[in-house]
Amino acid sequence: MVIKTENLTKEFGKIKAVNELNLEVEEGEIFGLLGPNGAGKTTLISMLCTMLKPTSGRAWVNGFDVVKEPEKVRKSIGIVFQQASVDDLLTGRENLELHNLLFGVPKAIRRQRIDEVLSIVNLEKRADDFVNTYSGGMRRRLELARGIMHHPKILFLDEPTLGLDPQTREHIWEYIKELAIKECMTIMLTTHYMEEAEQLCDQVAIIDYGKIVVLDSPDTLKKNVAGDIVKIKQKIPDIEKIRRLEYVIKAEEKDGTLYISIKDASKHLQDLLSKTGPIDFVEVRRGSLSDVFLHYTGRDIREGEAEGGFWERMMKR
Amino acid sequence: MSELEGIYAVWLREAKIYIREKERLISAVISPLLWIFGFGAGVGTTVDSVSGYPYQMFIYPGIMVMTVLFTSLFYGIYIIWDRKLDFLKEVLVAPISRASVFSGKMLGGATDAMVQVIYLIIIGLFFLKVPFTPLIIIEAFLMLLLISIAMVSIGLVIGANLTSPEGFSLVINFVMWPMFFFSGALFPVSNLSPWLAAVTKINPMTYGVDAMRGIILGINHYSLLLDTAVLMVFTAMMIGIGIISFRRM
Repeated sequence: MVIKTENLTKEFGKIKAVNELNLEVEEGEIFGLLGPNGAGKTTLISMLCTMLKPTSGRAWVNGFDVVKEPEKVRKSIGIVFQQASVDDLLTGRENLELHNLLFGVPKAIRRQRIDEVLSIVNLEKRADDFVNTYSGGMRRRLELARGIMHHPKILFLDEPTLGLDPQTREHIWEYIKELAIKECMTIMLTTHYMEEAEQLCDQVAIIDYGKIVVLDSPDTLKKNVAGDIVKIKQKIPDIEKIRRLEYVIKAEEKDGTLYISIKDASKHLQDLLSKTGPIDFVEVRRGSLSDVFLHYTGRDIREGEAEGGFWERMMKR
Repeated sequence: MSELEGIYAVWLREAKIYIREKERLISAVISPLLWIFGFGAGVGTTVDSVSGYPYQMFIYPGIMVMTVLFTSLFYGIYIIWDRKLDFLKEVLVAPISRASVFSGKMLGGATDAMVQVIYLIIIGLFFLKVPFTPLIIIEAFLMLLLISIAMVSIGLVIGANLTSPEGFSLVINFVMWPMFFFSGALFPVSNLSPWLAAVTKINPMTYGVDAMRGIILGINHYSLLLDTAVLMVFTAMMIGIGIISFRRM
């Protein structure tokens, strides 16, 4: 167990941002935290990174208590923030050199380690240019490189691809996957992009109102919760009859269209269509993590919570 | 060892940024020139001499202190920008103590101020014919370093407790101008009205100006020992408050 929390709670005034949360993350996993804005994922990460003190409960990162041994925790983790925190007026290499000093990387391996991480994120050629000449994607890559510099056991990524174009996003995913394998790291990331979670994560936890609503692998979640989704248009639908079918997970009507989630469409679609009677239109698609997400968190837009990374939250404390 | 490297890293970053931001270097050069050659020369035409020195020469130690005071206090604003632009996060999550982060920043600010001091010494030496000897230069440098450390600490304390640069400017003006005006930088403190004398007595800058004037021109109101002692106690206090502010940040 690389990360473990026990009834971890953080209150901001009356609001319980994280509410008696229990979590265990295995070594080597890429673990995704999903949740609507203000669900508490940011606060949770801040506490695990020792940036925020829990109101109650306990948490261990790499076996160290986050309250009692914060410096040891900090040495075992790397963090990539939501907003770029690399220094504009320094070169890429200088940023990494500073990190080496700050995180106490042994002198003998510093230079070699910088070259190593630069090559992982393909920034060797631009390493000696000032960061203010970098594109958004390059800054992200530099931050990734910096985050893994001191061989952390656990890497925290707060919205690693926010605000990047789709091409860059795919590249960053590749880098993250590579990191997990090459550096044998456990990675915990928060994201709003379901596609990102599907692509990267071994396990995802959906968090809402400070609690974990569900925790499983994306595949299992999709299979059990979302299933396959059959979209049907029909003159006189009989929802009740459809709902009674044992392979139907969920059925609901919206704007004259019937949305039916069923287990394993390849097996049951024919039977379903034979039971529904004549139809005007049918479309089948695989359930996605988005469907799972909306199933657990509902469709209401959340208000009263500021967007932003855990830093912003900390500053407003 | 790692704490020392942490302090070095924070300082190194500050020093590199300072050299690369040309605007900062240029403004550092211009403002003391205006005071010495604009203000000093102008008032000098109406005031014959003070304590046997031409007015321009008399205020020279005061202008040195002033330059250090302004640069050092205003340095605190960078902590607010750093935070706004997120440069500080990386440092705050590093496994080094906040005391080290504070020390690195403080030394960074003192470096800014001391670059200006070197520049001022060159002006004094070649344009004002200030009677410098190597020993005087070393003493003056160390005294100004002490003042700078105290003032950078005040700036950082204010910076660490505020979130907007505008607010910082406002607060710092209430600190900076009284400290400067009631320090005797522009006039001798010996013949003041009782209330003004009382204000200058509680102003730590008075002792800084007095020490500098003693070192460079040989005019002392208090003893150099008292000046140094007052400044050291004050500096220690400010560093303490600074570290506490950084811990809470």
